[in-house]
Amino acid sequence: MESVNLETITIAEARRLLDNKEVSAVELTKNYLDRIKNFEKDIDAYVTVTEERALEDANLADKRIGEGTQTNLTGIPMQLKDNICYSGIPTTCSSKMLENFVPPFDASVSTYLKNENSVLLGKGNLDEFAMGSSTENSALKSTKNPWDTNRVPGGSSGGPAAAGAASECVFSLGSDTGGSIRQPASLCGVVGMKPTYGLVSRFGLVAFASSLDQIGPLTKSVEDSALVLQSIAGHDSRDSTSLDVKIPDYVSNLTTDLKGFKIGIPKEYFIEGISPGVEKSILDSVEVLRALGADVKEVSLPHTKYALAVYYIIAPSEASANLARYDGVKYGFSEKDAETMWAGLENTRSNGFGPEVKRRIMLGAYALSAGYYDAFYLKAQKVRTLIRQEFEDVFKNVDVLAMPTSPTTAFKIGDKIDDPLQMYLNDIFTIPANIAGIPGISIPAGMVDGLPVGLQFMAGTLQETNLFKAAYAYEQATDWHNQFPSI
Amino acid sequence: MSEQTDLSVEEIRQISVLTRIAMTEDELDVMRAQMSNILDSVAILNEVDTEGVEPTGHSVNIKSVMREDQRQDSLTQDETLSNAPQRDGSFIRIKAVLE
Repeated sequence: MESVNLETITIAEARRLLDNKEVSAVELTKNYLDRIKNFEKDIDAYVTVTEERALEDANLADKRIGEGTQTNLTGIPMQLKDNICYSGIPTTCSSKMLENFVPPFDASVSTYLKNENSVLLGKGNLDEFAMGSSTENSALKSTKNPWDTNRVPGGSSGGPAAAGAASECVFSLGSDTGGSIRQPASLCGVVGMKPTYGLVSRFGLVAFASSLDQIGPLTKSVEDSALVLQSIAGHDSRDSTSLDVKIPDYVSNLTTDLKGFKIGIPKEYFIEGISPGVEKSILDSVEVLRALGADVKEVSLPHTKYALAVYYIIAPSEASANLARYDGVKYGFSEKDAETMWAGLENTRSNGFGPEVKRRIMLGAYALSAGYYDAFYLKAQKVRTLIRQEFEDVFKNVDVLAMPTSPTTAFKIGDKIDDPLQMYLNDIFTIPANIAGIPGISIPAGMVDGLPVGLQFMAGTLQETNLFKAAYAYEQATDWHNQFPSI
Repeated sequence: MSEQTDLSVEEIRQISVLTRIAMTEDELDVMRAQMSNILDSVAILNEVDTEGVEPTGHSVNIKSVMREDQRQDSLTQDETLSNAPQRDGSFIRIKAVLE
């Protein structure tokens, strides 16, 4: 056990050690539980730690490894963002509304991981109902960035990203509606991947904006990202938007040769407001890609500047419909002592939701209301079509796009929380992928003043193989993914 | 979407009624200012010519999904009601809807 460096261990490395019986799943799990005990007071990446469940899972995994029937993720300790249901374990969405909610069923992704005997260490903190870019909107706790605990980890998957950076898990699953996997991955220096819309089942993911939400992996390496996606991708009859497509072998398609591979650099992603350090890191990364043989060219996506506005109509509109279900009757927080049924309903929602969630519900209700529907919701859906078509056109000429994930590195806790519009700008480079439904990945690609910078790739619909190819080649040619915070 | 969006407190009050979120006068006022700002920022969409453009609801083509009408296992009544704030046997208890 002495030889295992948990700080840097990837799924692929843990797999070798487990399969060679150099370490047992129980030993590995206990080490992560120890790390959680040591670091949680400073990081707050977990809403719930499931120690008992983890040791039980690890025992089952060891049995399976003994029988030789293990799969890629058997015995690997992981975290689930706390908006992904896992039977019998609280799923809070970091909201007072669901603080005591214990789902009696599994999300499909939870079932897949259970079937592999992956080890659940616990549930990760998030901005309430995944609405936010800093995890400061969590009603339960504020997660800190392991690189500088005065700074935010990004969001909304701030718990999963911080847990990855602090090595409080080997991998995690997050959800990405406008950048909620990629942006925190960028700010914490880990790999975060949003698959094509419909590739991973959303069944059992607490709904925020149903036409944008997508589950994806946060990992320490690109190979791990491909490994996890391999396990969770695929058709699921319980999600009516699930795609029925053949899943390629993502891992075996990883290669470091980019000869003839076409990479587009969209000029609209290098704009005023991007920090000079981030811009320099990304431009340096482009040179690395060129040196690897890639055919790099500038491209243009003129409708990019409208994506944020489209998002802030569509996402709140869908949220206002999805969150209408929280009435204090069937499950969740309830103001039982109100005089009337209506007062109970209004007080339940008033006291159960935090400010950002209320803002989005009300904004959405306004955008959908009679007299405004055409001007806001329908207009946004039409611009969405133009953004999608623009991506389709550009991917006729390039294999992937490369750009920054976030305009800045991690900002200080409290800096942007009082100005919703400033906070929304954090997602300006990630939102377009959700609007178009295409896959995106953020990988470590530089350090500015001791804080990580994320390089983002986007690919066409279901072109995850291209995405991983670019990301893997870059990662293997650089050393950024081997840097870890001293905590 | 006007150039300068200026929602009134009455409009916000009406939305708070529709969304069943009780709000104090102070909260209504803060929400009024913030929502006006956000709506101002989305007015940029007026620049885009969308004449003849079809709206996109989902980024992938969604078809109605059909399946055979066969019996499947589901949650038990106990499991389904396990999170109910107020339960009375096999029922959920709430305040009277009709007085």
